[in-house]
Formats: sequence, C-alpha cells, structure tokens
Amino acid sequence: MQVSSSIRPPLVTGGKTLHDVTNDICRHVEAKPNPTWMIAFGISVLTLSYGLYNVYRTLWYGIGEWGLNKTVGWAWDITNFVWWVGIGHAGTLISAVLLLFRQKWRTSINRAAEAMTIFAVLCAASFILCHMGRPWVGYWPLPLPNTFGSLWVNFNSPLVWDVFAISTYLSVSLVFWYIGMIPDLSTIRDRATTKISKIVYGAMSFGWTGGAKDWSRYESVSLILAGLSTPLVLSVHTIVSMDFATSVIPGWHTTIFPPYFVAGAIFSGFAMVLTLMIITRSVYKLEDYITLEHIETMNKIIILTGSIVGVAYLTEFFIAWYSGVEYESYCFINRATGPYWWAYWCMMTCNVISPQLFWIKKIRRSIAATFIISIIVNIGMWFERFVIIVSSLHRDYVPSSWAMFYATSVDVGVYINSFGLFFTLFFLFSKFLPVVNMAEIKSVLKSSSETNSVVDFKSNVHSH
Amino acid sequence: MSLTNKTYWRGLEELEQSPEFVKNAKQEFPDFLPSESENGGHYRRDFLKMMGFGVAAATLAACETPVRKAIPYLNKPEDVDATIPNYYASTYAEGGDYCSIIVKTREGRPIKIEGNKNSSISKGAISARVAASVLSLYDKERFRNPVIEGKKSSWEDLDSQLGKSLSEVSSAGKPIKIVTNTVLSISLQQAINEFIAKFPTASHVVYDSISSSAMLAANGKSFNVNSLPSYDFSKANVIVSFGADFLGTWLSPIQFTKDYSVNRKVSKDKKTMSRHYQFETTMSLTGANADFRTAIKPSQELSFVIALHNSIATSLGGTQISGAASVDTKMIKSASTDLINAKGKSLVISSSNVLATQLIINNINQMLGNYDSTISISNPSNFKKGSETTISSLLTGDAGAVIFIGCNPIYDFAKGKELKSALSKVAVRVAISDRPSETSSICNFIAPDNHFLESWSDANPSEGKYSICQPTISSLFSTRQSIESLNRWSGGMMDAFSYVQYVWRVNVFPKQSEITSFQLFWDKAQYNGVFELPSSNSSLPYTFDASSIASAVSISKSTNELEFSLYEKVGMGNGSQANNPWLQEFPEPITKSTWDNYICVSKSLAKEKSLEQGDRVKLTSKNGISLVLPILIQPGQAANTVSIALGYGRENAGKVANGIGANAYPLISILDGFASFSGTCTLEKTGENSPIAQTQTHQTMMSRPIVQEASLSDYIKDPYAGRFRPMIKTNEGEKKPEDISIWDTKGLQTHNYNNHFWGLAIDLNSCTGCGSCVISCQAENNVPVVGKQEVINRREMHWIRIDRYYSSDNKEDKSIAGFTTMEDPSENPQVVFQPVMCQHCNNAPCETVCPVLATTHSTEGLNQMTYNRCVGTRYCANNCPYKVRRFNWFSYYTNEKFSGINPAHDSRENEGLGKMVLNPDVTVRARGVMEKCSMCVQRIQSGKLAAKIEKRRPIDGEIETACSSSCPSDAIIFGDMNDPESRITKLLSDTNKERAYHLLEEINVKPSVSYLSKIRNV
Repeated sequence: MQVSSSIRPPLVTGGKTLHDVTNDICRHVEAKPNPTWMIAFGISVLTLSYGLYNVYRTLWYGIGEWGLNKTVGWAWDITNFVWWVGIGHAGTLISAVLLLFRQKWRTSINRAAEAMTIFAVLCAASFILCHMGRPWVGYWPLPLPNTFGSLWVNFNSPLVWDVFAISTYLSVSLVFWYIGMIPDLSTIRDRATTKISKIVYGAMSFGWTGGAKDWSRYESVSLILAGLSTPLVLSVHTIVSMDFATSVIPGWHTTIFPPYFVAGAIFSGFAMVLTLMIITRSVYKLEDYITLEHIETMNKIIILTGSIVGVAYLTEFFIAWYSGVEYESYCFINRATGPYWWAYWCMMTCNVISPQLFWIKKIRRSIAATFIISIIVNIGMWFERFVIIVSSLHRDYVPSSWAMFYATSVDVGVYINSFGLFFTLFFLFSKFLPVVNMAEIKSVLKSSSETNSVVDFKSNVHSH
Repeated sequence: MSLTNKTYWRGLEELEQSPEFVKNAKQEFPDFLPSESENGGHYRRDFLKMMGFGVAAATLAACETPVRKAIPYLNKPEDVDATIPNYYASTYAEGGDYCSIIVKTREGRPIKIEGNKNSSISKGAISARVAASVLSLYDKERFRNPVIEGKKSSWEDLDSQLGKSLSEVSSAGKPIKIVTNTVLSISLQQAINEFIAKFPTASHVVYDSISSSAMLAANGKSFNVNSLPSYDFSKANVIVSFGADFLGTWLSPIQFTKDYSVNRKVSKDKKTMSRHYQFETTMSLTGANADFRTAIKPSQELSFVIALHNSIATSLGGTQISGAASVDTKMIKSASTDLINAKGKSLVISSSNVLATQLIINNINQMLGNYDSTISISNPSNFKKGSETTISSLLTGDAGAVIFIGCNPIYDFAKGKELKSALSKVAVRVAISDRPSETSSICNFIAPDNHFLESWSDANPSEGKYSICQPTISSLFSTRQSIESLNRWSGGMMDAFSYVQYVWRVNVFPKQSEITSFQLFWDKAQYNGVFELPSSNSSLPYTFDASSIASAVSISKSTNELEFSLYEKVGMGNGSQANNPWLQEFPEPITKSTWDNYICVSKSLAKEKSLEQGDRVKLTSKNGISLVLPILIQPGQAANTVSIALGYGRENAGKVANGIGANAYPLISILDGFASFSGTCTLEKTGENSPIAQTQTHQTMMSRPIVQEASLSDYIKDPYAGRFRPMIKTNEGEKKPEDISIWDTKGLQTHNYNNHFWGLAIDLNSCTGCGSCVISCQAENNVPVVGKQEVINRREMHWIRIDRYYSSDNKEDKSIAGFTTMEDPSENPQVVFQPVMCQHCNNAPCETVCPVLATTHSTEGLNQMTYNRCVGTRYCANNCPYKVRRFNWFSYYTNEKFSGINPAHDSRENEGLGKMVLNPDVTVRARGVMEKCSMCVQRIQSGKLAAKIEKRRPIDGEIETACSSSCPSDAIIFGDMNDPESRITKLLSDTNKERAYHLLEEINVKPSVSYLSKIRNV
C-alpha cells in the first residue's frame, strides 16, 4: 500500500528499496578509500599542517604575529569565530527544529549537517583558544572551584555567557548527532566483515539490537534532544551577538543584533550545508537521496534568511540616522564610504543581492548556480562579521586612535588552519561514518519514495 | 534490677595486670609501629620515606636552580634600606640644556628623575629628555675603560702616555685645543682654565651644535655683554616669537614653559591670559600653542621682523629700517598694536642666527621697554656660549693636540666632514666622553667620562644661580670624570668631589654672607640642589646702529626657490642622546612620529610634486649637500618650504641610534661667521617609499566635542563657552547623562568611596603638549619600548598619550562628502593637545566585559588591572571608548626582536644592565596580558603608607603621579576628590567648574579624569 502525494515530489528518487538504502550508504564505509577521497583528504591534511604551523607561531611568539593593534583588538580571530559558529547553526536547525516540525525532507541531510555543526563549532572553539593572550590559562573563564584564592568568573561578561552557550551547544549537538547515528552504526556493525571494524563499530553502537524497545527509546531521546537543542539554535548566536550588543562601541551597541545574528547564522549555515551536500552527493552518488527538491527547499530558506539579513542591514542604517547619535551615524557612513568600503559592499552584494536570484526557479533548481551562490553567501557572511568587528573598532570615538587593520600571513594561516581542521574531520567522517541517516531514510521511504521503475528494478537485481 | 559487680576485662593482659600493661593503660594512643624492627631490619614506612626522599632528591637535582642575582648587603649602608627609595638633589646639564633634578634611587640604583622645586629656573619641572636621561646611564654601549689607539688600556697607561704626548706637543709650541659645547659647570671651566695654565699653548674652543652666536654677538653690540639675556615669560602679556620654539627646544624650554603657563591659565578669578603670536616655517610646539600663527619662509623672517620694528617705531617714534622686502603685514599690524598696548609687559624673541635680525629684535624690545621687565640682560644666562668662528680654527689642522670633552663636532658641526679630514693631521686626539660618538671614533686616546648620575659637578645656568650635581651611584665602569682627568693631566691629584668643593669654596661661597662655615654652606647647597642669589636688575647702556643692518637687509630678499629650514625635535634635540630608546620612541609632539626624521612638506607642495607621505625624496641644497629622507605632509608648513629635524643619521652612537634617519647638520652653512639653519634646495623623487612610524595617523577631531574650546572673549561673557553639555531626552524631560543609569544607583552596584576618591584634572589650556609626562610615565611604570615596526603596526605601549588635533576648514558639514573633507587639516591649522590616559571610569566598560575579573574597581575609584589574572581576550581594550589599554603582543623582555631596544630585555647581550632602570614597585608585564595607566597606584600606596605611619591623612600635593609631577606647565593636577580642600576639588567644583568636562560625557562612563576646556586668546 503506497500513498504518494500528488502535490509533493518524492523525497527519495530512483525507487530505492530498504536494502538499496543500506547498500548505498554503507558501501562507502566498507570499501577501501577511493582515490578521490585520498586526494581530498591529503589536501586537507596538508592544509591543516600549514595552518598548524601558523597556530604554532601564534602560540609561541604571541598574538603580535597577527595584524591586530591597540585600536583593533579583534579582527580575523573573532570574525572567523563568529563565522564558524554561524555555520554550525544549520545542523541543529535541520535536525532539531525540522524534526519537531515533522519535516521529512530533512532525513537525508541531517547527518552530514550535524557533523558539519560539530566540526564548525570545534573550528570556532579553536579561535577562542588561539585569540587569547595566554591560552595556557584558557580554562580560567570557566567557573571552576580553585585554590588560587577567591577567584571566580565575571558573570557580567558576555564572554562568560559565550563559554556556556558554546560548550552547551557543542555537547548537546554531539550527543544528538551520536545518538542519531547509533542505529546506523549497528547496521554497519552487522555487515562488518573484518575483525577490527566488528570491534570498533560494535563498541560504537552501544549494544543496539534494533528491538522495538530500542526504537521506542531512540525516538523519545531524539524528541527530547530536539526539544533541548531548539532553544540552543536561537540562544547560541544570540549570545554571540551580545559580545557586541552589550558593548559601548558604535556599530556594536545595537539591540537588533540577536535576531539579526540568528538569521545570519541560519543563512550561512544553510549555505555551507548546501556547499558540502552538493559535493558529497556527487562524489558519493547520492543524487537519489539528496534530491533537487532538497536543494530547492534549502534555497527557499536561504531567500528567507537572506532577506531578513538584508532588512537588518537597512534597519541598522535607518536607526543610526534616526537615533541622532553622532558616533553611530558616522560609524555607518564610514562602513559604506570609509577605508573599508570594499568589505561593506562585498557583504551587501553577497548577502543581500545574490540570494535574491533564487526567486528565479531556474536558478533555484540549478545545481551549479546553487553551489556558486552558496559559496558567495559564505564569503558575504564572513565579510559581515569582518565589517561589524573591524570597521566599528577602527574608527570609534576618539579620532586620535583611529587605525587600520592589515592582516598578516599568520592571520590568514590561522584561518586556513580552521579549514584544514574542518575538512580533515569532515573527510574522516564521510569515510568512516554513514553520511546519510539510513534509519530515518528508511522510515520515509514508504511514504515519500519514487515508485519503482524499470531502471531501478535492474539496479535492484544488480545489487543482489 | 540490682547492680551487679561483674567485671569485664578488656583482655587477658588486664586480668593479669602485667607491669607493661599498667604502664601503657593510661596512654590514649598505643605506641604501635615502632620505627625500627627488633631485629634491626627496615619497616615499610622507612622504605616509603626513603623512596620519597630519593624521588624528591632526584627531582630536585634534575631541576636547575635559577641563578638569583640579588645579593643581600653584607654590610648594609646606613642610609640604604631595601624597598625604601632615597632621593638626591642633582643637576642635569647636557651641553647648554639645564634642569635641576631630584634623583630617586632604589637599593642604590637611580631609577627615576623628578624636578627640583627649589630651583628658580626649572621650578620642579622636567622635560622628556631629562626624564629619559636616567636610561642612558645603563646604556650598554657606554665606554667601559680607557682606550689607546683602539685598544683597551688602563688609566695609568693613559695618563702617562697622554701626559708625555701633551708635553711634547706643548714643548714643540704646537697648539692644544680643548673643544667643548657650552660649559655650564664652573668646576669644569676651572679645570679647563687650569689645564690651559699648565699648557700655555692650549686654548678652549666652545661651539654649540644649535648655535645662538648671532644673539651673543647682537647683545655684544647692543649692550656690550656677550651673553644671552634671561627671560621672564610669566610677566609677558604679549609674546611675539619669530621661529623661537621656546616651549620645545629653544634655550631653556622647561623654564619658559613653566613661566609661560602662569599667564595662560584662566579661572573664575583670573579671566586674562597672555596673547601669543608666532611667525615660523614649520609647525613647532610653540607655534602649535600660539594664538596666532603665521607660516613664513626662512628668507622672509628678517623682512617680517623689520616690518614689526617699523610698525612699532612708527607709533613709538623710533628709527625706520628701510630696504626690506614687502610682506603681508596683517598679522604684524595686529601684533604691533598688541605689543604697544602691553608696553613694558611684552616680549619679542627670535631664534634666528642672523645678526641683523637679533639686533632689530633687541631694538624692538628696547622700544617697548621690555628690558628689566620681561628680559634682563644684566642677569645674563649661560645656556649658549659657543661660536662658529672659534671651532672653524680647527679646520686648518695645525693643532698639535685636540681634546674633545663631551662633544661631537664631527657629527654635529656644519663642517664635520672637513673637520674629520683636518684632524687626521693632528697627532694627539683625545675624547673625554661617556659613550662612543662619530668624534670619539677618530680619537687615539679615549678617557671615558662618567655619566652625570655618577658625577660630582655643578652648573651655573644663569647669573647668580648655581646648582650641584652629585653622584647617585658609583661608576658602573672604569670611567673617570672629565674634571678629574683634566686635573690629573694638569698635574693635580684631586678627585672630582674635592675639586668641585674647592671651586665652590673659592668662587661661590664668598658670594654670600649668611653662612660662615663652608661645610654648612655646602651641606645646605647639596641638600637643596641649588644655591641662588637674589637677582637685581641694573640698566646697561644701549646702542643701536641702524646702518649696520643695511647690508643684511639687502641679502634677505626672499626668493621663489624652494627653501629648507632645520629644527630640533622636542625629544631628540641635537642628537646627543640618540642612543636612548625612550627618546627614539617618544612621539614627536607635532607629527607624532617616532624612530625617524623626515622632510616636512606643506600640503600644497606635496600636491604640486605629487608626493605622498612616506615617499623618499632626495634633497639637494644649494651647496651640493644631499640627503634622502621620506616626506611627511605637515599642516602649517610654510608654502614652498621644507623642514628637516637635526639629531638623526648617527653612525657611531650605538645599536639603537645608528642608521636611523639622515644627518642634516651638513646642510648648515656658515654665513658671516654664523651658522645658518636654512637655505635653498631642490627636491627629487626617488620612487622609493618608507613608512613613517606615527602614533597618531588621523589628524582632525571630526567636529566631535573631544577638545572643547572657546575664545577668551567668549569665555569672559559666558564661562560655559565652547562647552558641549549633552542632555538626554527621556519621558521625564531632558536629563544629564549622569542622572540616568540602568543600574540601581543606591544599592551594592554603586561604588561608595568612603575614604579617598582619586582623580586627575587636566587643563587643556595649560598643556603645551611637550610630552614630558609620557617619558616620566614610561620610566615610572616600566613601559616597554617596541621599536619602529611595532609603532607602524600601531602597538606603542605608552600609558599616556598626547593627542594632537589640527583644525579643519570644514567644521559644519556632516554629510558623507563633508566627513571626507573633515578628515583634512587646514593649510595652517589651529592645534590642540590632549593628554589621554586611562580615564578610570566609574561605570567602566572594560570592567563589565572581562570574563575573569582581571580588571576591577578599587574602593578609591581606581580602575585596577590584575596582570596575573588576565587571560588576554582584549575585550576590555575593544570596549574602551578612549582606547587607552595596551596589550602585550609579544614577550617584550625575552623576544629577540626587542633585545636592542627594550631596557627590560633579558638577553645575555644586555648583561641585565637595562633592567637596572626598572622600578621595582611595578611589575614587568608578561606576554599576552593587558596593561594601562594605574594612576601610579604604587605612589598612592606609598603616600598613604607614609601618612599612616605619621597617623595623619595624606596632604594634598604630597602624592603625585609621574605625569603630574613632571608637567612643566602644571596642566595635570592629581588629588583626592573626596578632600574638600584639595586643589582638584576646588578646581572642579569652584574655580573652574564651568570649564570642567568629562571626555565623551554622553556615554556616561563617568571618568575620574576631568578636562578643562581650552581657551584661546583670539
């Protein structure tokens, strides 16, 4: 008995059977790494090594290796931090919020999106540690009972809120991701042929039997965790935005920041998910699971969040003028016309204009266009943070201290390090763990799969 | 139930009642586990003990014990107590620069120089150069032993060999020349005189790198006194200066600033101030402080002086001088009107080294009746004595011996190159100098001199004013004072101390009659640092010969050629202290540049030649001397002129100074026997570019109420004139920012200052921007030096900076285009200075954002920084609206990049010498922590402690911060704002309350630092 909606296009194409799903996903885990993966992984590790050399320089000689100065105390470090945290938003949003809203289309992308979240948050955390003057005492912002005297953290400081927000987000996302993976891990365990993979995947699947009770608990935990992480989607970037919003610096001291940052985070997160999914689906031939419908749906969310971000930009400008605060209005004029005009207009073009192209259905449904725009959006979102941080700091209240920030090669290198880390982890993940949630795909297969065709029948025969 | 008599035993032992049991029964704890077993073997505990000891011993042996260099006193000197500073009165005299000082020593090391209030010349103030001179003591490049022909030698060998050479020269009848700069020390002068008496062929050659010889000659012609007059700026209501940078570098800037500031202060009770006109080529510190500044070409100076002279002569009936080129006389006319109105209470000065100019200046002052009021020639000063003609006699090379005492003519004499080749013909070349120089490098005998902080000496800066220089540390190296060396070579055996005493006994002691015992007189003078006779004026016959000026007038016609002028920088001066990293990194008050000299060009010239800041150009003077330097676009620079600072381009001064900038002394030409500091030149682009390290790159205030200013006339009408008084609109009507708070204003979150509430008040009207506070703070607080590249990276570490803003032609238009023009300073702008240090906000934005509570508020209103706790997120610095926080980007004391320049550097090469200058009361900050002005909390604490020991409250003025104590214009007042009698309270709540404001009042961070608005007498 198959009920297919006449309005909704199928979520899984190619008329996959349950066995097809298992096969398609597991074969990448079980097979020897293919040469494309080896090359890509090799490049990632090389990038990471170059990045680590720059991290070493930063840690060994000091933050002076970067281009910061007495006026601009944060630049690439916090730009990268906020950027990565923003990217890390999509995962939770897709897996938690969409789960609660029973959006079935999420099933094929949530695994990779969650993995991306975790790796992105790790990259963000690396900047928190690196940007500290004395990273060896980097644990001091944690409220740890200690014997140093009556030392405690400052709960007034948004940085302490940040510590809580990020660490909570990371741990909840990690648990959510891992628990979601247990049924799939046990599938791999059951199919494992070598001793090592039997042991490793066996241990990782926590004794999953696939019984009804297991499934029932699994569903409940998923719902609870989804409920827990939903507020986190809003809270993390809200709190990150408070690093700026609670300060006195013109351009930072803005009440619009929390919703504006959250929208921006979802915007960039979805763009990053798209970038990665488009690569993964073509490399691993998962076109039947991550379909054009998925891409189109995500593009629609990008139009929405991109427009919210655009409205936020205009609102900021309006308020700067309307408030009559001299420093605030100069700050915004300076953003658009000052020495960093190029960063501002880069941000405007990438974030406000480029997503509007998705109103056109042809572009929205074009893989190539989506891929390019998803990258453009992430460039734009990097510039948004750079504009907010650097262009506000470099000309604040007292003109005698106005200065320019020029990035050094180490600034770039530490950014490259985060890419190295991200892709190394992502490639490890895509090789050793199931990139698509098999169990959940199977659960929607019945209701949302394309009907069998001759071609698929052949492939079924072939796979047996 | 009845009681039973049943007895329970604890054991059989009790039942048996053995003696051992009875003995032990009363002990609470049994004596088990004996330390040794009965059969002599070892127990488990012993094994553990031994193992523990073994591990500990092995661990300890593996650790290298750090070598501690602090060695306790075996025999503690009576007056040296650990941690208690000692203060000694002494004298700073470098060439003709003079300052009476108090030297702070800790455990026998001089670490800080303060002003001596007993001196009527420097009046308790110091300059940046004086404050920095303590670091030169610990310069590792100083001479450490006598050198003969480039080889290390001993004093015995030097004395005997040199003695022999000198007598040979003398007996051959060949001249011996003793070359010095102006000698302020009467003892050194006496030693030179005695040397000359011993060697009859010897003569004394005095020259000054920045010469005032024309002034000496002019006074000789006018008054028959070959000296400089003394000036009293405090009595002058109108001051007209032609090129004289009297607040920065001219003659005695500390004294002049102190006097000048007296008449620049306004308050409720004194609504008058002096009016100051400046005519000059490049923007000087003095020009920046003038009420009216006119940019003139060097060749126009004489014409302007004549125009002023003639204008005054017309009104007062004097002789007219004819033949001058016509100049724009608008400013001259108003200056002359003001001068005539302030007759007898005005002052006209010029730094020109043209005889005619100085003669006319003398005549102007004579016509105005300023002699014996603002100028006194009967109380001459001795700041400059040198002449170019006498040193030119060395160029023949026919001397038999030359002795250079603390001077460096090969570098800083206009004809240094020729002198160098002439000297190769001289057989005996002796340098008495504490450090290597271009001159010492060609000498075959080097008799290393003491640093002045190791010396007994004296100074006689002006008639009847004497001061003593006493050592504050014994010689660090095998050096000997110049007085002693000369005395030895003249056949004497006196040490410097006895010699100075002997000179005072003969020359100074008889000038007074109050104290009859010389010892008592000496002790008093040594304690006070100075001995001063009351000055009396007596009028001297004056002659003025207008005809003698005619020839000079005829050559003074201005040309259309590009002209250059040479000037001294406030920090670097003539370059003798160039190897001092504090001074190299001292931001020049006007350009805010460090570590370089450059060619100042006007905006119009830069546009005409399409030059951009930092472009290197080749300047060639008319007499064929050329140098290559980057250009700096200087607002206020006269059109078609360029200016270059002297004191750079050292070749043999040491690691810090060598190769920085280019030497401009060769550009000086000698005209009619007087050094000329200007001329004509051409500029040529080289196509290269080198950035100039400036601590401030944005020049204008963008029409923000940062420095609030008003004209004197407006201030008289309304004391609030020029003040920005923000009001915030609320639903309860308009309110002052400080009346609005998101915090509970009564509860725990409000700071309650029950004891003290420290604050600073800074009078922007008095502040001249000289920067003496910057170096004083650097010395007091162990502020690191970071070098040129790090300044270019905008990472200088000074805790106090002096912001300098130029006015812009656009003051109103706040459109997008308007903001762009607002960034452009005017061609001849008005200038304001504003010292900015941590404002110690009472609603501090930095305190709330620190995640680890490393910056907190004290119960006395100080914003405190706990370096140990800082993790270095830099959030506080970002959130500081004043941008006063400084981050330790590197480990400045271990990173090799800073080994040559940072005094605190730990490298082996430094031998820990530079570290001796560190103030032990202030932590040297580690890499990765934030630092900033602490309002000299160490001084506050020690002041409070001193008061507590005496069971009293601290007295106002007793505790001073490093910046306030060094300020020559008393612009920075430190005090307790809870004390109703303190100067700061009175200033802010009574005498100047209308002028007082907080920087960025509208953001309501409630600083503890207040500013008083600037008033211009326009």
